[in-house]
Amino acid sequence: MDLSILWYLVPSVIMFVCGVYGFITRKNMVAILISLELMLNSADLNFVIFNRFLFPGSMEGMVFTLFAIAIAAAETALAIAIIINIYRSIGSTEVTETNKLKH
Amino acid sequence: MDITLPILILALPIAMFLILGIGGVKMSRKVAGVLGILGMGTTATLAYIVAFTYFFSGNPDFIIDGVRLQYQVFDVTWLAFTQKLIVNIGFLLDPISAMMLVVITTISFLVHLYSWGYMEHEPGFQRYYAFLSLFSFSMLGLVVATNIFQMYIFWELVGVSSYLLIGFFYKLPSAVSASKKAFIVTRFADLGFLIGILILSYYTDTFNFINLTSNPEAVLTSTGGATFMGASVLTWAMVLIFTGGMGKSAMMPLHIWLPDAMEGPTPVSALIHAATMVVAGVYLVARMFPVYCVVDAAMTFICVVGAITAFYAAVVACAQIDIKRVLAFSTISQIAFMMVSLGVAYDRPIEGVHYAGLGYMAGMFHLFTHAMFKALLFLGAGALIHAVHSNNYTAMGGLRKYMPITHWTFLIGCLAIAGIWPFSGFFSKDEMLAAMFARHWFWGAWMTMVAGLTAFYMFRLYYLIFWWEENPHYKEHKPHDAPWQMSLPLIFLALVSCVAGFIPFGELVTWDGVPYHIHIELPVAATSLSVAVIAILLATKMYRVKNDLPTKVKNFWPTLWEAAHRRFYWDEIYQFVVHKIIFGIICRSIAWFDRHVIDATMDGMAKVTNVASNSIKGMQSGNVQAYVIWFFLGAVALAGITWLCLV
Amino acid sequence: MIFDNLLIWFVVIPVLMMAGLGLCRNSSMNAIRAVMVVGSTLLLALAVWLCVDFLCLRHNGADAEMLYTGSWMWYAPLNIHLAVGVDGISVLMLMLSAIIVFAGTFASWKINPLPKNFFLWFTLLSTGVFGFFISIDMFTMFMFYEVALIPMYLLIGFWGTGRKEYSAMKLTLMLMGGSAFLMLGLLGIFWHSAPEGGVPTWNILEIARQAQIDPSWQRLLFCFTFVGFGVLGAMFPFHTWSPDGHACAPTAVSMLHAGVLMKLGGYGCFRIAIYLLPQAANELAWIFIILTGISIVYGAFSACVQTDLKYINAYSSVSHCGMVLFALLMLNTTAMTGAIMQMLSHGLMTALFFALIGMIYGRTHTRDIRQMGGLMKIMPYLGVCYMIAGFASLGLPGLSGFVAEMTIFVGSFQDADTFHRIFVILACSAIVTTAVYILRVVGKLLLGPVYDDHHLTLTDANWFERFSTVTLIVCIAGIGCFPNWISETIQHSFAPIIAAIQGGAF
Repeated sequence: MDLSILWYLVPSVIMFVCGVYGFITRKNMVAILISLELMLNSADLNFVIFNRFLFPGSMEGMVFTLFAIAIAAAETALAIAIIINIYRSIGSTEVTETNKLKH
Repeated sequence: MDITLPILILALPIAMFLILGIGGVKMSRKVAGVLGILGMGTTATLAYIVAFTYFFSGNPDFIIDGVRLQYQVFDVTWLAFTQKLIVNIGFLLDPISAMMLVVITTISFLVHLYSWGYMEHEPGFQRYYAFLSLFSFSMLGLVVATNIFQMYIFWELVGVSSYLLIGFFYKLPSAVSASKKAFIVTRFADLGFLIGILILSYYTDTFNFINLTSNPEAVLTSTGGATFMGASVLTWAMVLIFTGGMGKSAMMPLHIWLPDAMEGPTPVSALIHAATMVVAGVYLVARMFPVYCVVDAAMTFICVVGAITAFYAAVVACAQIDIKRVLAFSTISQIAFMMVSLGVAYDRPIEGVHYAGLGYMAGMFHLFTHAMFKALLFLGAGALIHAVHSNNYTAMGGLRKYMPITHWTFLIGCLAIAGIWPFSGFFSKDEMLAAMFARHWFWGAWMTMVAGLTAFYMFRLYYLIFWWEENPHYKEHKPHDAPWQMSLPLIFLALVSCVAGFIPFGELVTWDGVPYHIHIELPVAATSLSVAVIAILLATKMYRVKNDLPTKVKNFWPTLWEAAHRRFYWDEIYQFVVHKIIFGIICRSIAWFDRHVIDATMDGMAKVTNVASNSIKGMQSGNVQAYVIWFFLGAVALAGITWLCLV
Repeated sequence: MIFDNLLIWFVVIPVLMMAGLGLCRNSSMNAIRAVMVVGSTLLLALAVWLCVDFLCLRHNGADAEMLYTGSWMWYAPLNIHLAVGVDGISVLMLMLSAIIVFAGTFASWKINPLPKNFFLWFTLLSTGVFGFFISIDMFTMFMFYEVALIPMYLLIGFWGTGRKEYSAMKLTLMLMGGSAFLMLGLLGIFWHSAPEGGVPTWNILEIARQAQIDPSWQRLLFCFTFVGFGVLGAMFPFHTWSPDGHACAPTAVSMLHAGVLMKLGGYGCFRIAIYLLPQAANELAWIFIILTGISIVYGAFSACVQTDLKYINAYSSVSHCGMVLFALLMLNTTAMTGAIMQMLSHGLMTALFFALIGMIYGRTHTRDIRQMGGLMKIMPYLGVCYMIAGFASLGLPGLSGFVAEMTIFVGSFQDADTFHRIFVILACSAIVTTAVYILRVVGKLLLGPVYDDHHLTLTDANWFERFSTVTLIVCIAGIGCFPNWISETIQHSFAPIIAAIQGGAF
């Protein structure tokens, strides 16, 4: 059978909502980062899906996704580095405790 | 007429003021004193020349066919309000201004001389002479004013000079408050004067005296019959202008400042508060006389105010202890006399009266003689105070042996003011009473009674100072006559008071410039003379030697005596109104309103802003997760709206 | 070339002064003083020169409404120009500002701390003031107006005394609130200035000439602009920034503020609100006559019970500036002339007052009149000056206050209806109340016995203090003794404005 676009989009949305939920509720920065990655990946997925279904002839969506994955990797590396540094200086990765810059 | 002399008459005193005021600090007393006296002496000489030229030269500018004219020596624009309303500074010569020139410069010169002795040991001697010069300048400017606004300008200036001189001993709180009171009370009266000028000038389109007085009917018609609250606007204007005169001349109910003004040095009281400034009100009415004549209501108002004041002040003078206050109330009473005299005069012939302008002439005559003998009395009082260092007659008594010059001159002053022939007061008072009787017997009778009271309180004062009982303090500190600088003016003024009555005043000063030959009205003269003699005899009986008659009289109705002594509580009433009502209620409530309503509204607006921003600032927590919730909800809401719109 | 225009130098000199001050160090007091003295003297000389030259030009028949006009495009899309020009009134205002900047420089001879920064802001403030008076383009006028307002915040907030932060904030916010109204009004005038399809203009002269603004719009815009300028003119009920602001400001700033900045309000009121919106001015003047009438009486009565010297003068300023706006609203030549004379007189005499208060405060360290007394004995020079200032304020002939007030009263009395009459008489009554509060202060502060024995050791004025006060006193007495040339200059300048008003009445 021919899969409609919905079959692809629904998982993507579920993934995105999971990401949002995780981002809001988690207090651990690593968990937040993972949630962020989930949202990012769902967006990537959407790019691919729409490219495949709406503009089958072109490849921009695919290329853009690859681009985004590369950026996301760099970003994650940066975030992890910051988190590790925070952990080193205050001994915790809880967001509620990293409010030193506020004062 | 050459304008040099008139300009110098005004310029010399103001130049003296500037020289002594600015350079006085660096001068010795002697230099300052000599400069002041010389300056005033020169001014007096010039003023005499000008006045004599006016009266006796026969120049057609001044007199045509025996009628004296008003002549503007110069009149330069000072400030142009509109095309027509222009304030000039000028020099008007006419009978009354020429007479006032003589009076002011004479008294001022004598006071300058007298002060050299009297103020010898006071600090601020130079400043004192500077202020005297300022006063002389302002007063001269006032009397020669060519227009009502110039008069107002100098009117204010004499007010300030009076303020400065009353408060001369500025370290004494009583002097400070007296000067303040004098200024504010007269300022209040000047408000009326100002509004009167505004009304008058609005309708007549001129400030100039000659324009106003040469055709009073035109003034009357210019208002076009406009009325305000039942009275014509011209009545309002003239009554309000007279209010200014009431303030300066200390008429009831604006008289309260004058007795307090005696806190100033005694020569100042003689110059300002007896001879010159306080008669400015009379002078103002005389200046505007033709206009007043067409406003009957204003004339009646002047008479009533004058009559009440004259009686009130005479009664109060009988119960004062401070000799300067007795003289002050006597001044009030005598000025009120002049006011009534002007009030009963007419500018047109009336049936049964041989000369309708008699009151005017008599008022001016009395102004002249009163200036001389009242200055004499004040300067005499100054000599007494100088000798015994107290203002109260309780510290005096039996002084006739110690201070013969002062005694004799003071006696002459008393006889003059009491109206005894042949002293000057008799002649002028007789003419005034004649004018009053001619208008209505009531005014005549009432003022004769006041004249009797005058004789009584003056001789009460005289006996209590020079007879009664010798004060025991004299043994330690023997009083003696004043130095020559002080005695000389006394003697001079005493001589003037003896002979001034024989001046043919009516030939010189009348309202219309037509000479009038004075003759004694025998019935009136006999009445007033006998009343005065009876009053003097009564005073002699009561006060010549120490006895308990005065105490008995006093205890006959102690409340009345106390009330008269406290000046019928006018000061208390004013105190209450000013402090309790104006300061206590009006000012305080306005200040409160400003702080607690207007300011609070502004602060309240700031507070509302603060509270509002405080209440929403919690949303910016810095917590990214909270932002995400808001962001997510917002995105959902937007999606929902978009969806709704699309469907 | 822009610098050929004489007027531009009124802005250029202060800018050069600021540059010069920028080169000085905070510690080199003499260099700072040198820059200030040279600069302010140049400004004064320029103002005097302008005044003389202006009068000569007028005498020789230059009868254009504004002289020395110049206009340079600044931002074409909105038609904004840097347009300058002066008539007799602006010339006198420039003169006043220059005198007060000059006197203010000497009055703050020993300002501490950070003298350089103080004078920098002070000069910026005067730049704004000068710029305002030379502009005839509403936009540049508004810009200079704002330039004059902002330094006030820092000057009061940093160099002030007492509750300075509060006062600085209050003053700035209230005046900014006023300028918000003003901006609305000016924008409205701009967009309605041209006929249908024409290019709207900011130039005051052109707007007045075209007289295109619709009456219904005029009413709204008149309220906006009058209130906007009225706030600066301390109009009731928008006056409360004035007592607090003045009380906390340092001496020279109080002088400049009360002396000149408050005049911007009055100047703007007639130059923009009345001149450009004459019909509305005729119709709506009564509202503001009531408000300013209240100001006059209210300020005077409030001053009677204050105990802080500066508060007394601030309330007295409310009363006197109320008189300015009141007279402007009478809409006739004499009263409006009086208003300008009152601006000059009030500027000079309040500057003198604040200078003297600063000097007295610098010695006694209190401004509470209950804690002082008998200062005349201790510092006779300052005492005499204070008395002269007081006499000027209560309207003694021979000093400037008298001529101004009398011109106002005579002029205001030309309106014959009962409403005007009542308010004029109410305004006249201020001469008594003024006497009361002035004499109260003089009596308590200067006369009587010495209150505090510590004051006996205090010294009298220094040379620079004498210099500053003498400058002001000479001007006050000069106006008071020879008022006619000023009066004539002003009356002449009012002719086009009166013509506009009378045109608006029909």
